[in-house]
Amino acid sequence: MSVLAGAALTGGTPLGHIPALVIPALGQTLLMVGIVMVVVVLVGTPLGVLLHNLAPGGLVERPGLHQVLGWTVSVGRSLPFLILMAALVPVTRVLTGTNIGIAAAVVPMSLAGIAFFARIVENSLRSVPPSHVRVAKASGASPLQIVTSVQLSEALPSILGGLTINVIAMIEYSAIAGTIGAGGIGYVAVTYGYQRFDHAVMLATILVLITLVALVQLTGDTAVRTATPHARRSRRMRRPSAESTTLPA
Amino acid sequence: MIQLRQLTKTYGEGPHRTTVLDHLDLTVDDREIAAVVGPSGAGKSTLAACVTLLEPPTSGSVVVGGRELSSLGERDLRDARRQIGTVFQSDGLLSRRTAAQNVELPLRYLGVTPADRRRRVAELLDRVGLSTRADHYPHQLSGGQRQRVGIARALALRPRVLLADEATSGLDPEATASVVRLLRDLRDDLGLSILFITHEMETVLDLADSAARLDHGRIVEQGRVVDLLRDPSSSLGRALLPRRAHAASAPGTTWSVSYAGADVPPDWLARVGTVLGVDLALLGASIGAVDGHTVGHATVAVPASTDPDALVRALAGLGLHARRTDAAHPPVRRVDAVLEPVA
Repeated sequence: MSVLAGAALTGGTPLGHIPALVIPALGQTLLMVGIVMVVVVLVGTPLGVLLHNLAPGGLVERPGLHQVLGWTVSVGRSLPFLILMAALVPVTRVLTGTNIGIAAAVVPMSLAGIAFFARIVENSLRSVPPSHVRVAKASGASPLQIVTSVQLSEALPSILGGLTINVIAMIEYSAIAGTIGAGGIGYVAVTYGYQRFDHAVMLATILVLITLVALVQLTGDTAVRTATPHARRSRRMRRPSAESTTLPA
Repeated sequence: MIQLRQLTKTYGEGPHRTTVLDHLDLTVDDREIAAVVGPSGAGKSTLAACVTLLEPPTSGSVVVGGRELSSLGERDLRDARRQIGTVFQSDGLLSRRTAAQNVELPLRYLGVTPADRRRRVAELLDRVGLSTRADHYPHQLSGGQRQRVGIARALALRPRVLLADEATSGLDPEATASVVRLLRDLRDDLGLSILFITHEMETVLDLADSAARLDHGRIVEQGRVVDLLRDPSSSLGRALLPRRAHAASAPGTTWSVSYAGADVPPDWLARVGTVLGVDLALLGASIGAVDGHTVGHATVAVPASTDPDALVRALAGLGLHARRTDAAHPPVRRVDAVLEPVA
């Protein structure tokens, strides 16, 4: 600690200036991840629902279409984010008019995030027992009603868990995007911590990121628990021991 | 009323083609509880899927309440399914919804107003005896309670017919009894026709008016449960009331006696003994009432000196059918034996 503090005092940013550097950067990161996650959930959810239901055994089986969609998503998932970001520069420029800054970072991050989240949704829907879908069909549900009232609703805890992982991945991507001047915590860490060997700033960004990720994880875990009836503690304590009270002998 | 006419379901094409239901005919009358039994692989679950129209039949027709349902388009099919309440083996309750919310789902799908939904759900939960459990989640209910919630959900849209696909399989005896009682009450109060598909013979005895045996996609035997039990040649009857191993045979001959008539006197054993002037030894018996009719069978031993023809005549006079079952004529004892494919 003393070594790091010493380095900061001799060559780096004065300690008192670090908050002024890190806090706006944190704001930029939150803004970037926030925008990206809104796009990711809005586009990724229907895409995941399609992936699941176009597949054989889904609500509207279209094996051909499913393969095309599956391959597209897999391509998006298989490129390392740094490469994807570089490859998308022309697209980003067309869409946002620039290839640096937050607006530019949002495009590749959203695409990577959508592919990520589509698979998470698909995987979560797969865990819903097919018997639930049969029951809904027999109850006269339309395909859209089955998707909303059975598939997404039953898979919600699993989707929320996946969403948490996705948000954390996007925080990580935002740091990578920082290297192309997207701003945010990643940008500060790279320009000050990495390029200028400013250890105090590096340490501050690391602490901020750890706290941020821990907070996201905590929020996610709480959301999953709230969405799962049998995980709620108070409910479990009220669980009846047997059907003694309603069953006539 | 449910009528299945020449119902056929095949899977696959060409040499891989398998016929699961083979020109099957079955009628369930109004207010009738009909059981379909059969070994696994006989086509029971495919039959259930075809009747609920979750699987389109390859050919033949499903007629419910006089309406032909098997040739409808997707949208009409959804309407048609609403006339058939279905109770599945796994209760299929959504884990994130309370009992009341689960029962409410079919009403939501139909677009019933919230006030009407609330009223109907309360009515239904009351009907299945779970009013106090309305706000419980499925994991807080026992297996029997969950299945009764499933029945309430199946009744939500006031169907005329109910299809129960292995509805009591996997439940403990007490829960099974509660479901059976509920289904009988529903038939009596609402006039439902119930098609009960199961592999549990004991439940058939407690619940059904008629039974049919499904084998290789065909109904190979059917009739009123009481008639099947009284017919000594009925393999379904024997499967419904299986014989247990009886006590070690006394010297003499061993006979299997079954109730074939409606007016068998309860003291038939003593009466036959008096007529023939011998003592009959009772080695095993299963006698009871099914739907108010006495049915059952017994295994008796008589001294070797007794005239077999006189014994058979004496028993027949009292409405009993007798068949010699000692070493020379071994009895069919395994329950499964009669359910195996007919050669």
